[in-house]
Amino acid sequence: MSRRPLVRECPPTTWYFRQPRYLRYMSREITSIFVGAYCVLLVVGLQRLAAGPAAWEGFLQALRTPASIMFQFLALVAAVYHAATWFNATQKAMPVQIGEDFVPGSVISGAHYVAWAVLSLAILYLAGVF
Amino acid sequence: MTPLKERLVQLEVLRYNPDTDTEAHFQRYEVMCQEEWVVLDALNKVKADIDPTLNYRWSCHMAVCGSCGMMINGEPKLSCHAFLRSYEGVIRVEPLAHFPIERDLVTAPDDFMEKLKRVKPYVIPKEKKPISEGEYKQTPAQLMKFRQYSMCINCMLCYAACPEYGLEPEFIGPAALTMAHRYNLDSRDGGRKERQEVVATHEGVWTCTFVGACSEVCPAHVDPAGALQQLKITSSIDWIVEHLIPGGKS
Ligand code: SF4
Ligand code: FES
Repeated sequence: MSRRPLVRECPPTTWYFRQPRYLRYMSREITSIFVGAYCVLLVVGLQRLAAGPAAWEGFLQALRTPASIMFQFLALVAAVYHAATWFNATQKAMPVQIGEDFVPGSVISGAHYVAWAVLSLAILYLAGVF
Repeated sequence: MTPLKERLVQLEVLRYNPDTDTEAHFQRYEVMCQEEWVVLDALNKVKADIDPTLNYRWSCHMAVCGSCGMMINGEPKLSCHAFLRSYEGVIRVEPLAHFPIERDLVTAPDDFMEKLKRVKPYVIPKEKKPISEGEYKQTPAQLMKFRQYSMCINCMLCYAACPEYGLEPEFIGPAALTMAHRYNLDSRDGGRKERQEVVATHEGVWTCTFVGACSEVCPAHVDPAGALQQLKITSSIDWIVEHLIPGGKS
């Protein structure tokens, strides 16, 4: 009896519909498009700032259009979701062992959330929000 | 004594006979099972009473040997650990995804075995010493460092769950890389540098995009996804030391 194993191909473009967890993964990956686009927006803003007060004013006007506000809202949601998946992963990537025991994962992820909140508040403070 | 509850279970099993078939096809079986049985019991009943030609692997029936992995309703599972009471309607049973089908539910594990060998899954002593000097000792804390990663039963469910392995079959994959990490973390081991030749490559950790499915399906709570992220961190540190620090050697 000879071996004749049957190879089944993994569908290269539709595999992520196979399981809900793959869709969850893809939604996490897609958030990076919004995060990247927002970075481009910041670079354009810098360039406008360098081009003088009139250009900067025009940029600020453009940011206030409904389409722009909608984009910024989506980018914020995407960035928060992306950051949360990242912080939740830290407990797997950076386990801390003390003696024979490991620090609970929630403490490691929690410390990142706290650092995130503190840094965000510091940036808002520097930006003159408070 | 209350009588055991029985239930008519419908199974849809993927069949493939290498001697006669060019494609796999589903076959439906109806079999009377007891409510507390697992899918493997149902298959055993089918084989005993209905169709002795049905092929599948199993051995321990207690989630220890790792040989009964199958896709059950699309999810990689140990069939001896998949309780019938968790399923309604027709239960679809297929061989583990991403592995060639040898016959019916039996897959060819050759690729995984080859990859496991490549990561040198054994202690490579830091310094060799004669037996007369006694054993290599380890404290409980040193053991705990890698213990979780040593619980792998080589069931390959993580490979069946990993879309990257399905798309890029060269990927060394979750369990084998986790085994490399397990030995790297062992206080008696000095083989990390040798393993890095396989680990810190594209087919190694850098094919992993952290889907995380491996850890979700692992029946032994090994958390291969965690091990791979840790390997990425140590491999990145090696790279920084080697390329960005003057005089640095990995
Ligand atoms: S890591 Fe878990 S899922 Fe993968 S082979 Fe080992 S026991 Fe099975
Ligand atoms: S038969 Fe051994 S793990 Fe299922």
